[in-house]
Amino acid sequence: MPISMQLPDYLVDRDPNRCITCKVCVNQCANDVHHWDKDVDSVIAEEEKCVNCHRCVIYCPTHALKIRRNPTEYKENHYWNSSTIRGIDRQAEGGGVLLTGMGTDKPIPIYWDRLFLNASQVTNPSIDPLREPMEIRTYLGSKPDNVIIKDGKLIKELPPQLVLDAPIMFGALSFGAISLSAVKSLAKAATDCGVMWNTGEGGLHRDVYEYGKNCIVQVASGRFGVDAEYLNAGSAIEIKIGQGAKPGIGGHLPGEKVGEEVSKTRMIPVGSDAISPAPHHDIYSIEDLRQLIYALKEATRYTKPVSVKVSAVHNVAAIASGIVRAGADIVAIDGVRGGTGAAPLRTRDSVGIPAELALAAVDSRLRQEGIRNQASLVIAGGIRNSSDIVKAIALGADACYIGTAALITMGCRMCQTCYTGKCNWGICTQDPKLVKRLNPEIGAQRLTNLIHAWSHEIKELLGGMGINALESLRGNRLMLRGVGLSETEYRILGILPAGE
Amino acid sequence: MKYVVIGNSAAGIGTIEGIRQVDPEGSIMLISDEAYHTYSRPLISYYLAGKVKSEKMYYREANFYEKMNVTLRLGLKVEAILPEEKTISLSTGEKVEYEKLMLATGGKPIIPEMPGLQLKGVFSFLKWDDVKDIEANLKKDDKVVIIGAGLIGLKAAEAIAGLEAQVTVVELANRVLSAILDEEAAGIVQETIEDKGVEFHLNNTVKEIKGSNDKVSGVQLQDGTQLECDAVIIAIGVSPNKDLGSEAGLTVNRGIVVDDYLRTNYTDIYAAGDVSEGYDILYKQNRVLPILPNAYRQGSTAGRNMAGKDERYQGGFAMNAISFFGLPMITAGIIKPDSTEFTEMIESGVAKKNYRKIVTRGNKLVGFIALNKVDRAGILTGLMEKETDINPFKDKLLDKDFGYAHLPKEYRHEQLLGVTK
Amino acid sequence: MKRVYAREEVCAGCKLCEVYCATAHSEYPSSILKAFQRQETRPVARILVEVDQPLTFALQCRHCEEADCTQGCITGAMTKDPETGIVTNDESRCVGCWTCVLVCPYGAIKRDESGHKVASKCDLCSNNDTNPICVQKCPNNALIFAEISKGGD
Repeated sequence: MPISMQLPDYLVDRDPNRCITCKVCVNQCANDVHHWDKDVDSVIAEEEKCVNCHRCVIYCPTHALKIRRNPTEYKENHYWNSSTIRGIDRQAEGGGVLLTGMGTDKPIPIYWDRLFLNASQVTNPSIDPLREPMEIRTYLGSKPDNVIIKDGKLIKELPPQLVLDAPIMFGALSFGAISLSAVKSLAKAATDCGVMWNTGEGGLHRDVYEYGKNCIVQVASGRFGVDAEYLNAGSAIEIKIGQGAKPGIGGHLPGEKVGEEVSKTRMIPVGSDAISPAPHHDIYSIEDLRQLIYALKEATRYTKPVSVKVSAVHNVAAIASGIVRAGADIVAIDGVRGGTGAAPLRTRDSVGIPAELALAAVDSRLRQEGIRNQASLVIAGGIRNSSDIVKAIALGADACYIGTAALITMGCRMCQTCYTGKCNWGICTQDPKLVKRLNPEIGAQRLTNLIHAWSHEIKELLGGMGINALESLRGNRLMLRGVGLSETEYRILGILPAGE
Repeated sequence: MKYVVIGNSAAGIGTIEGIRQVDPEGSIMLISDEAYHTYSRPLISYYLAGKVKSEKMYYREANFYEKMNVTLRLGLKVEAILPEEKTISLSTGEKVEYEKLMLATGGKPIIPEMPGLQLKGVFSFLKWDDVKDIEANLKKDDKVVIIGAGLIGLKAAEAIAGLEAQVTVVELANRVLSAILDEEAAGIVQETIEDKGVEFHLNNTVKEIKGSNDKVSGVQLQDGTQLECDAVIIAIGVSPNKDLGSEAGLTVNRGIVVDDYLRTNYTDIYAAGDVSEGYDILYKQNRVLPILPNAYRQGSTAGRNMAGKDERYQGGFAMNAISFFGLPMITAGIIKPDSTEFTEMIESGVAKKNYRKIVTRGNKLVGFIALNKVDRAGILTGLMEKETDINPFKDKLLDKDFGYAHLPKEYRHEQLLGVTK
Repeated sequence: MKRVYAREEVCAGCKLCEVYCATAHSEYPSSILKAFQRQETRPVARILVEVDQPLTFALQCRHCEEADCTQGCITGAMTKDPETGIVTNDESRCVGCWTCVLVCPYGAIKRDESGHKVASKCDLCSNNDTNPICVQKCPNNALIFAEISKGGD
């Protein structure tokens, strides 16, 4: 066999003074990096297999392990850098499309970090959320053009609304891509926190039907797991057109991940590849989309809002306008940093546009057209913390999806090898010996802690601005200033530079 | 007395503890011809080897009888039982009335008829006094002949070899430990013991003990071999100490016959331990099972029944855990079947002295031998006791990691998550 | 009484319970490093993780009501505390005859041959109140210390 040009990405540092040869690392590494060698009476590492997922580091009871980046230098070259060379090496030896997982890791400008929030000083007092009530409850769905109130009561019935106790939802993560343990964690946490989780295109497993009230059921191009019972089990339906990590292409769940449970839930044979086509083959126009939206509304007797999720692409504003006009109650925009269980590397890193710009453009467009009230706007793709959420709402979002942040909360270390199915943290895998590593009770508790913490922080930030209801911040771009952006970017974001 | 217990070893102590679980008050008298606080018979070889000191020989703590409120009569014999009068007579001439009587008289050494038995230097190996006797008379480099290569004989051989005496074992059977091991396992054990300088004469026995000046000077074997020696230890085996029972009119076979509740044919008289002949769940008939766990369990079950409970003794089977010169072995049940209704599975690694054998009958496990790697053998014992259907995991039984992970989920959950027995 | 129960559906099979148990019962109960590096012989865990992937679970003494080990013990070293229900082995009296290994239907008694041979088994960290170390340290809450009444979990 010709020699491989690929160097290990990581080195395993094992401190021999701390290693007690308990072999916890050996039994925990699904990538078979660690081996017990009885001839030398010690644990050795096959470093080329290491993906730096930290499972061994965190489980080592004596902290004997460190994972380092391989310090071997490539000849300095700003253009032909090591990751470019490594990509070519992988393809020279493997001959395939480069696969990856999670969202892009490229240094795309982070607009969130260039945006700064306002705070009240002297002339309009700030509010202490520990002393005064703060409203962050959020209603997602189409709002009527006007309301008629008689005797203190709404006369005209509102279209169906999703009620969120915080403007945060767990993004679409399908059972199949992620484990049932992860699904259960998300479902339970969403229920406990009064927010929503999303089935992705994985169907609804029997064990999580009880969490349907806090669930958005997705209908994607593969139609996996979709039937009338499924559509009616959730509180909203989402038509997935595209996702931020891989705009323009469909999903592919390899047959080896389609075990008994995935098979039953997706309603496909055990072991068969679950291929979601790139387009919906019944949608080639806004009119086609309208047909599907109303078909789904019919199927659920107009009791549930219907969302349409698209990737943030070049003409996202016009697309969003069309979606609203097609009758969607919610438009979800997934930016270029959106994550995935598996995507071609080049697609993930090069296709789509940042969520911040897409959000501002869509919100502006819908306002210009006077149809902003007809649909709620949900933004996704790289929401990292509570201030990202507050900024997103000021830019015009009604709520945010979090995917990657939720995965990290459940233990994901962002090793980006989700597509291998060997997730050592039991999240992105169907291997039963790995799935049980994620205890749904612990996963749900951690997610609940996160949502509670972010809710507190959102209230603090609102209070600082002298705002006591999230509704007062929606699209309130005066609360934002930018730093270091071009004039065009200021124009698209609809904000002023700091100092102005 | 409400309860009289004859015998101060495992079955007798089990009886007392069993009675007290149910009846904290009723008067108990314990009678034993040995003048010791209850001690552990299996420890006598450890005592002789110097591995267990006197103070650690006791089977229960010093205040046991006080705690149990037992009237203790040690160092005297029961002369007779008068079942019709519910009375026993003691060697002191006293008579003691009982409401419930336990015969836990244990066993006595089998001593074959042969010339020379009266000589100084002939010992048996059953009681503490036996080994104290040996200890007092044995000198370094003495030559000792042990008759019998069973559990007792080999334990004696191990202890005495450790005292730097020269040991020769004579055994009538074709192998050592013929009751608990098959040929291959016995071969491994024999070799291990031979490595420590012990010599064996198999398929042979002592015909005559020779002496000079009333003292043992040698033995003559059946095949004519003459061996010089300074002492002879008779360790052929143990037979139930049943005379007291048979003389009183109790039904006696090899041992005193008891029913599922450990009662003899007189309902107020119970028997337990080595003297009794209780139900063997493998042979599905009454058998004498002279092993300590069985003695204690029979005793405690009988005790509870004597105090008014109505508890069935589920039966037992032969089982032993023992080691010689650091080589441990655990065996149970039928280990050398003689008919085609049994199946054997064997895994052996003679070089490492590992040997495992499984004996099944139909879908039931009925016996096993584990040599050296004895860990978790109790799981197998449990499967035998519960008469579990082993077919679903039969091929795993010999695996070195065999455990609950290989048992059916329902069984595992019932055992590990349910209410513990 | 309270016992340790394994939840096999969330056991990661990491065997950290074994490491912490061995440490807690070593000469250096507060330091894993010292326990494994300073003690002359490797410390023995009294809990055992059974593995038949994907199935893994920890198993230790069930502290039976009618314990075969206490009944079978030839020296009287193995006893069940009438107050706490904990079955313990008095290692100073144990001679390592392995009769308890023979009779324990759970295979929960280990042979510790590091010093004078003794049977080594779970003592619930000698209490029936706070969580034993294996329960405390299980990284995935796969062990619980609880009183379970008839009818299972």
